[in-house]
Amino acid sequence: MYSPDNIFTTTIDKAVRWSRTQSMWPVTFGLACCAIEMMAAGSAKYDLARYGMEVFRASPRQADLMIVAGRVSQKMAPVLRQVYDQMAEPKWVIAMGACSSTGGMFNNYALVQGVDHIVPVDVYVPGCPPGPQSLMHGILTLHDKIMAGEINR
Amino acid sequence: MVKNKENSEDLEFWATNSEEGGWKIDSTDEGSQKMSEEESEQQLKIQTGSDVVDDYFIDEETSEDERMIVNMGPQHPSTHGVLRLQVELEGEAVRRVKPIIGYLHTGMEKTGEELTYLQGPTNTTRMDYLSPFFNELVFSLTTEKLLDIEVPARAQTIRILMTELNRISSHLVALATGGMDIGALSMMIFGFRERELLLNFFEKTTGLRMNHNYIRPGGVAADLPDDWQKDIKEILKIIPEKLKDYDEMLLDNPIWKGRLQNVGILTTQECLAYGITGPSLRASGYGWDLRKMQPYSGIEKYDFEVPVLQESDVFARWRIKVLEILESLKIVEQAMNNMPKGPYKIQDKKVTPPPRKRLDESMEALIHHFKIYTEGFKVPEGEAYVAVESPRGELGCYIVSDGSSKPYRMHVRGPSFCNLQALPVVMADSPIADAVAAIASLDPVIGDVDR
Ligand code: SF4
Repeated sequence: MYSPDNIFTTTIDKAVRWSRTQSMWPVTFGLACCAIEMMAAGSAKYDLARYGMEVFRASPRQADLMIVAGRVSQKMAPVLRQVYDQMAEPKWVIAMGACSSTGGMFNNYALVQGVDHIVPVDVYVPGCPPGPQSLMHGILTLHDKIMAGEINR
Repeated sequence: MVKNKENSEDLEFWATNSEEGGWKIDSTDEGSQKMSEEESEQQLKIQTGSDVVDDYFIDEETSEDERMIVNMGPQHPSTHGVLRLQVELEGEAVRRVKPIIGYLHTGMEKTGEELTYLQGPTNTTRMDYLSPFFNELVFSLTTEKLLDIEVPARAQTIRILMTELNRISSHLVALATGGMDIGALSMMIFGFRERELLLNFFEKTTGLRMNHNYIRPGGVAADLPDDWQKDIKEILKIIPEKLKDYDEMLLDNPIWKGRLQNVGILTTQECLAYGITGPSLRASGYGWDLRKMQPYSGIEKYDFEVPVLQESDVFARWRIKVLEILESLKIVEQAMNNMPKGPYKIQDKKVTPPPRKRLDESMEALIHHFKIYTEGFKVPEGEAYVAVESPRGELGCYIVSDGSSKPYRMHVRGPSFCNLQALPVVMADSPIADAVAAIASLDPVIGDVDR
């Protein structure tokens, strides 16, 4: 006979939000220098696997988070938007680095001056390039944001 | 090297798919090239690339169902960035490849015209983001050539030390991502792990892990940190050990060999025809290294070899990177042991900003400081081209100065851009499964391709 020894109670809201933060799969969207730091964050020393994030998905359909790592050129912008559109809801975006946040030091004809012109951004990570620790801080900030927010976004 | 001289005479130069027959290496001086005599509309279109002459003959025997065009990228994990390839397949075999670039075009050459010479390295360092020191070095050397100044011995040695360490870190990433592309995932983890060791030293010295803006016209931005020898000694000890580990894992590994050997052949003739330099050229048996041929920053004083392999395949291109790391370690060791004392910036008031503590004491220093940081120093009229051997090949910088404090035109000859031209040659008529190995072996950095 089976008798439950332990029970815990929570609200469905909290459970959903918690589960969303615990295994957020990012889509590989490495663009420039920042992408190398993103890869460094995923490898041995910094080990993104601690947050259940080590699987960078090549297919946007399987991903929850887009880390825009690097400068977005005018030519890349439609591609980026398409990848974003292909991701399943709920989805989040982190703008990693000065370039994807604001255009950075390249205020010229070629770059989109901030990726928030094309996709909604949840967290901006400053730096050029932001170190892996900064990226992780950004990710944890996003976790806090999810925990504090609504489940139907 | 005497060997090369013989080589260049022996070789019958020819270019695959090229219109020019009997192409000779010494006749390619930029200035002597002529525009074509007949300048019809059609000709111009072909020259500007808006009209493409199709030299591909469709094999009538293959059925339509067998042939398809597959798009790789621009968002694709194994193209090392945002490279897009249109691959035409006949069944399993790749028949034609068309690389499409420009997805990372940042307009850096244009931005370079807006920045003073002192700010210039900030911009160029972001081009080839795996070898930032080389970009800074080549920009600084070109500016110094225009200014006609010589940096102090300590600055030169620091430059050599940092660039050679950078070569190691860059090759480690190449080994790591190359391994990952082929499926050796441990290689990825190992490569990045060892790279951290070097990045820690870079961070300690320059304040940043990448994009340092450390080598500047007139010297370097800061002196080496205290106890720097200790860090270098650790690097010199650990890296060779780890390289041995990699060899143990991969060198006799039948899967690794099977995937890489006799795949993606790129012969010397093809390399020369497409202007490919760096490890790919040396892996095809032609020992061309600018560190020996056109030495810069006093690198001729160091004792090192240029590894040359004959096989011309992906395996040789992987192997040569490992060997080059070992040679770079030799240079680093010599630089460490013979580090001269003295200033790390040129003692020229017009070029070097005065040290901070002089500003409180001297009005003149304050004025110089203000002038250099607001207006920048003026560079005499003229043009200059300097090339260095970056981890990917010949990295050159061409600056035209109109006498002001900003370049009139700055152009960078990126090695990845030229090396990428070889992709159609390397990939054509090989199975689709080898395509990724071939791309990885050329080690393109898209930041350097598109700029
Ligand atoms: S923010 Fe800096 S490091 Fe990141 S992509 Fe832009 S230039 Fe490169």
